[in-house]
Formats: sequence, structure tokens, C-alpha cells
Amino acid sequence: MSVSIAPIVVVGAGQAGQQICESLRRGGYEGGLVLIGDEPALPYQRPPLSKKFLTGALEAERLWLRPASYYEKQNVELRLEARVERIDRTTRTLYLSGGATLRYAGLAFTTGTRVRALAVPGAEQAEIHYIRSLADGQRLAARLPQVRRIAVIGGGFIGLEVAAIARELGKEVVLIEAFERLMARAVAPQVSAFYADLHRSHGVELLLSTGVSAIRSNGDAHTVVTDSGAQHTVDLLVVGIGVLPNSEVAEQAGLECRNGIVVDSCARTSDPLIVAAGDCTWHMNGFLQRELRLESVQNAVDQAKSAAASLLGQPSEYCQVPWFWSDQYDVKLQIAGIGMPHDEAVSRGDPAAKAFSVFYFRAGALAAVDSLNRPAEHMAARKLLAQHTALSPAQAADSTFDLMALARA
Amino acid sequence: MPKIIYVDIDGARHECNVAKGVSVMEGAIQNGVAGILAICGGSCACSTCHVYIDAAWADRAGAPADIEDSTLELAYDRKPNSRLSCQIEVSDALDGLVVHVAQNDG
Repeated sequence: MSVSIAPIVVVGAGQAGQQICESLRRGGYEGGLVLIGDEPALPYQRPPLSKKFLTGALEAERLWLRPASYYEKQNVELRLEARVERIDRTTRTLYLSGGATLRYAGLAFTTGTRVRALAVPGAEQAEIHYIRSLADGQRLAARLPQVRRIAVIGGGFIGLEVAAIARELGKEVVLIEAFERLMARAVAPQVSAFYADLHRSHGVELLLSTGVSAIRSNGDAHTVVTDSGAQHTVDLLVVGIGVLPNSEVAEQAGLECRNGIVVDSCARTSDPLIVAAGDCTWHMNGFLQRELRLESVQNAVDQAKSAAASLLGQPSEYCQVPWFWSDQYDVKLQIAGIGMPHDEAVSRGDPAAKAFSVFYFRAGALAAVDSLNRPAEHMAARKLLAQHTALSPAQAADSTFDLMALARA
Repeated sequence: MPKIIYVDIDGARHECNVAKGVSVMEGAIQNGVAGILAICGGSCACSTCHVYIDAAWADRAGAPADIEDSTLELAYDRKPNSRLSCQIEVSDALDGLVVHVAQNDG
């Protein structure tokens, strides 16, 4: 009697899902491997979708994380445009939309996030562009050449990156943010202020502390009504007000979820056969020594490596320094660590020259560094944080203090 | 198409035809060259596409620009011939270029 051994199944074909497959194969796993994604595209990079991709200068193929031939060579069965409806953990079975079922020997959730929808009167009837998928990016890239004036709702990374590209394409842009400053969840007030000046200097009409109370659409014209009663009529609406983790299937299967699928520092859920990685996880980061949910490529890749190691029975703790980047106009922002909340933030360099870093301190230790056009300081920051090197706020702010030497030490 | 020769982290040699105008990093990704991670997708924000330019090509491949040079400054095992492959555009002039993939420390 032959016994067929069930495959490892990875649910979610984004950066984390692709990385788990890659790490499993590099780790010597030769068994069946199925990667399930609900989009038609091969696994791809998402960050360019709110950046260069919108200019139309980048073909979709250039976003693929690996070419189609990779999946054949590595014997990874890609099931695209497939959605997992539920799982049964007692029989180790996945139920896919359309009625197909699939057994698993090990399972990974890399289901990512979905956008938070603008919930105001008129929003559902309006043509609103969100950016999460390749299809979203393609739709927006195709519409941009046809419009003159754009409203961007949300002053986080996505909204600001879109605003910058739209200005570079010569569009009029009004950006509306409910909070009193930009990127408030991620950066200190001085960084927010720099970006407000940067966008205003590029001609963005920036409305802070401004909520949206309604959208009124009339053909191709959309009017954003703010909570002060002001009206802004535009040809195109882009909304970037955050994302929600896709944890429902895991939750319905009885796995613990809390703003994401709960995993330990080795990316393991409470079920020994199931791991999870990437944006969809509420996880313990060994470096930060706290639980959190992160939305980033670094987190997807590094946590996926831990998830694969756990599936291989060789658990390896996820304890990397988080890092992020954002390109807006001619300014590259690179963030190392988690700066919020913090006790003190000091600057080094010259904001007027668009080249400076902000060092965040928490409980007497360096917690994070935002570097704007200061890539060497970003790389130094990652090393200093990883090594828990002692650095005082006075040293960080002193431009004659040799950070590179300290990072090399 | 120009040919780019990658020597990967396992020592395997890959002779790849890569389209003009894309980066040496993209050529590596398209051809599954082990060790080129390119986590930031080519925006010169990480250093996970670090390569060493073969000595025979040192002059023709050029020197890194300031932002690339700064990103490389603290890269694992940086050498005088270190480059970020996302910042090298493939052209006819680089037909036959040999690059050795560097180890990442992460």
C-alpha cells in the first residue's frame, strides 16, 4: 500500500509566502509544496506600487519576485486565483472556493492585509483608488494620465508616496490628513514637519487636522467634503488610511488572533503544524522584546525565514531590527528600529539640505533612527541597534562624533 | 542581449542573457542566482544585492555613486570592488561582465 504524504501548504502568495517556499527548499525540504494566492499574478513586490510603478515606467514583469520558471524548477505548485475559505485542523484539510480540498502536512498563513475602506457617506458609490494589489496599481497608473486634479486622503507612507508621484506627473494634489501631522504612527514631529514642508514646497495643498465627512460624486467629478464643511472637487480620489490583517480563516479555525494571527518569536501559532509570517501576524520580536504587528518587506522576509525553520523542525528566533524605507521626491527615508513611543529624539545633520537623521531614545537606549538621504547613518543605525551599542543623545546629535567607527567596533 | 556571468554564493556559475536597461540585480533574480536577495527591490535601501566585480571588469563597471557608496560602507565584507548590483545597468558595454555574489550577514 502506498501512502501519499500531504504537502506543506502556504496560504498567501506575497513576499512572506514566496520567502517561506524559498527557505524551505534552501533548507533541504524536498516534499510537496503548494503556494496559494488569490490574485492572478506571480508573487510580486508591493512597495513600487505606490512609487515608481505609477509613472508607467515599470512593466509588471519587473515586479515578479521570481520568474515563472523558478516555481517549476523548485517544484513549487503555484495555485493562483485561489482562495482558502476555511481549514479543518482535525483532518488537516483546506477548503478552497470552488469546492476543491487539499490536505496539508504543514501549513503557513502569509495572508497579508487588506486596505481599510473609507467609511463616510458617498464613499461606496465613488470611484476610489486604494493601493494594495498589482491590479490596484495598474488601475491607478492607467487613470493618472487622464486626470488633472487629485485628492489623496491619508497622510501616511502610501498617501504621501502617491502624492509625490502625482506631483512629478504634473497633477494638482490636495492631501487630507485627519491627524495634526504626517506619518504620525511612525515618526517624530520633526520628521513630520519636514515632510509637510517638502510636500508643500512641491505644490501639494496639505490639509492637516482635517477629517472627511462625505464624498459626493457627479460623473467624473468627486467632491470631498471635510468636517469643516469645505469642499474639494477633484477628478480622482486615492485613499490610503491603513490596512487590516487577513486573519479570519485562522481565527475561524480556532487559532488565537489579536490584531493579526498570534505567533511566538519562532513564527509558530498554537497549532504545532501551523506557522504564520508577514503583515498578518501579531508576533513577538526577539530584538524588540515586545509583541506587535508590522507592515514591511523586512518583516515579511525575516519572519518567513523563521517560519520556514519552524516547519523544518529547526526553530530559529525572529529577532531582527525592523527597517523600512519610503521614497518621496528626491528624499529617501530609511527607518531602523521602532521609534514610537520614545522619551527623546535628537537630530543630526541639516534638514535644510534635505540630509539628516533623527535618533530616538527610549528608557536610556537608542530605539530607532530615521535617516533622510543619509544612507550610511541608516546602515550604521541598523548595526548599532542590533549590537545594542551604547550611544547617548549628545553623541548622536554631535556631528563630529564618529558613528561609523562606533558601528564597526 | 548582453551576457552577464554570476558566480553565486554556492560557487555555481550562471551565464545569463540579460536585457539591456535592466539592472544586474534584476538579471540575477530572473535567473534564480542564489544569494541575491534584493529585499528593497532595487531602490538602494538595503545592500542585499551586494556583489564583487571581477577584477577583469573593474574599470568598465564603474565606481558606485555617493548613495550607493554610503549604503555599502558598513556592508558585510566590503571590498574595493564591491557594488550593489541593483545600481548597475546592463548594457552592451557590459557584455560578458563577471560578478561574484557576496554573502549577506542577515
